[in-house]
Amino acid sequence: MMWTIGDTYVALVGAMSAAACALLGNYLVLRKMSLMGDAISHAVLPGIVMAFLMTGSRGIGAIVVGAVIVGILTALFTQAITRFGKVEEGAAMGVVFTILFAIGLILIRQQADHVDLDPQCVLFGNIENIHVIAASGDIPQPAINLAVVLLLDALFVTLLYKQLKISALDPALATSIGINADVMHYALMVMVALTAVASFEAVGSILVIAMLIVPAVTAHLLTDRLPVMIALSVVLAGVAAFLARAYNVVAPELLGPGLQADTSAIMAVIAGGFLLLTIVFAPERGLISRGIHRIRLIVRILQEDILGRLYRQAEAGTAASAAPLAKGDLRIAGGSIFQRWALFRLRSRQFVRPVKSESGRSVVVLTDKGLARAARLVRSHRLWESYLAQHSDLPLDHLHMPAERVEHFISPEMGERIQEGLSEADLDPHGREIPPRPGDARRP
Amino acid sequence: MDKSKSTLAAPGGKPSAVPKSPDPHHDPRAPVSIHDMTVAYHRKPVLWDIDYAASEGRLVGIVGPNGAGKSTLIKACLDLVPKASGSVHIYGKPYKKQRKIVGYVPQRESIDWDFPASAIDVVTMGLYGRIPWCLPPRKKHRELALHALEQVGMADLARRQISKLSGGQQQRVFLARALVQDAAIYFMDEPFAGVDAATEAAIVALLNELKARGKTVLVVHHDLQTVREYFDDVLLLNMRIVACGPTKEVFTHENLQKTYGGKLTLLVEAAEAIARSGQGGP
Repeated sequence: MMWTIGDTYVALVGAMSAAACALLGNYLVLRKMSLMGDAISHAVLPGIVMAFLMTGSRGIGAIVVGAVIVGILTALFTQAITRFGKVEEGAAMGVVFTILFAIGLILIRQQADHVDLDPQCVLFGNIENIHVIAASGDIPQPAINLAVVLLLDALFVTLLYKQLKISALDPALATSIGINADVMHYALMVMVALTAVASFEAVGSILVIAMLIVPAVTAHLLTDRLPVMIALSVVLAGVAAFLARAYNVVAPELLGPGLQADTSAIMAVIAGGFLLLTIVFAPERGLISRGIHRIRLIVRILQEDILGRLYRQAEAGTAASAAPLAKGDLRIAGGSIFQRWALFRLRSRQFVRPVKSESGRSVVVLTDKGLARAARLVRSHRLWESYLAQHSDLPLDHLHMPAERVEHFISPEMGERIQEGLSEADLDPHGREIPPRPGDARRP
Repeated sequence: MDKSKSTLAAPGGKPSAVPKSPDPHHDPRAPVSIHDMTVAYHRKPVLWDIDYAASEGRLVGIVGPNGAGKSTLIKACLDLVPKASGSVHIYGKPYKKQRKIVGYVPQRESIDWDFPASAIDVVTMGLYGRIPWCLPPRKKHRELALHALEQVGMADLARRQISKLSGGQQQRVFLARALVQDAAIYFMDEPFAGVDAATEAAIVALLNELKARGKTVLVVHHDLQTVREYFDDVLLLNMRIVACGPTKEVFTHENLQKTYGGKLTLLVEAAEAIARSGQGGP
């Protein structure tokens, strides 16, 4: 099978619809109103049907007016139910959009003789039909509609960038400097309604929701900058559309005809795939990088616990520098793999070195470098114990555990500040010496 | 620090003081004047009959127990919550006409810090009211924002995403944003809540700087220990104004007891009765 002009139109219609949705979806996601997009995309259905019935035409103008009115009504109904029904907004939206959608479906069935629409097409769109129209040499009407809506959406988010941004982040500030956040809210809802109407002929009202939310969420995971987020979401949406069509062109030939499916459905699946990949692999917020970060922290804490333990043993023993310690003794919290890794790291950083004990066992001892590092840790631990003892009236046996947790996170500066706040900081509450800060002479 | 404003400090500027005032209830010289304001949430009054006039160039602490309506007082002044009755004037004109000279620092929890924006983006937002519609911020706006960040000691963190700032740093971003607004009057909602000592010192320095420039600042404040040190005037609030005026005179043990200790049961009961009648009614 070859890529034809029809395929280009299908991909283009899908891409324009997805990109238009993604543009607005960014603000729905950032305002934590994703469900509102869902509500509106369903609720416009009765508006579309009523526009058909009243005007008797399929003209885009009539449909848009009908849908926009219903879209605004949804937002108003939702607010009214939230306020007077005393339910949370999510529940109110759920009520409004299902009821309106149901009314739309009933209208289609009741007026089947007058309305040239079927529920199937409303739900899933009719993107394959575009292929047929394009093959006959005409420019498909949905392509023109979507191009206009995409342009409007693009103008909306670029010209009103400041207003949308400030109303999304801080509606109170927006209102207090004269940018009416409520007006921006309804303007956004109108644009979502418009986009949903223009898109539903192409991709159906259910997939509109996916395109409103999924690319924006994916982009949000990948960047900290709003312009980049918006651009990324549009690119992801467009790429998903072209990949979906390409799949439909290639897959039946390579993998068998049974694998062909609705281009719009595949688009949503691909967009979902992008999101999944991002959740796993995103550089900063992805599962893998967060997992690595977490493991690094665990290993660091294990290393520090080992150092602290060696220090305390050295302190308790007679040896001036460090007492030997059997490897087997190092059973500290955490898996043994992490523990071995921690020990390996300590050795490669030359904080400890292996020696043979008198009984012939393989043990590690602190190097001078390790001793200094360990002293700093124990200092943090005991300073924190002293701080807790003086400022929080905890009994002595309640001091160790909190200090054990906090010691890994006390910077040298923080240590200084704690010491300033202590009346006598040479001994910890248990009567043990607090190691002096690096550079200071050990107290006599 | 002078004593000339004592006439203005009297609650509800009297019409006789300034005969040419367009609205006899509001003194046009008062940065903020509140006349007979009552605010209710879901019909339940939370602020009763507030009459107050701030004096120019003073740091005013708004102090009172939880649920006293401190934040609500500020929000009602800024039209962020509806007033059941009464009016607020800023230098003798309704707030709507004076937006440009009023700065607002909301509570830190009021916004989503995960928003994809950097510190300087948030500060630049304080200038959005001055940038023409449809145009992006210019270089001079970015420079103003950067300068404000410098003033709060945050210039080196200007490009950092706001969720990666500490609580104190986030608060300073809010203050920098208020600074670029270059307002005459600032309303700040608990700027000292949950900040570190360095930020607290930075905020105090900033408040004094604003005062030195002749600005009037109203600050919702929780820490009674520092009220004397930080504020020239104090407004003791517990659903109504218990007392207001120079801190030295007003911040007394007796007034604090009136603000924080009992005696308000009647007000609370009345508020609940009104709320109940609202629910049962049409």
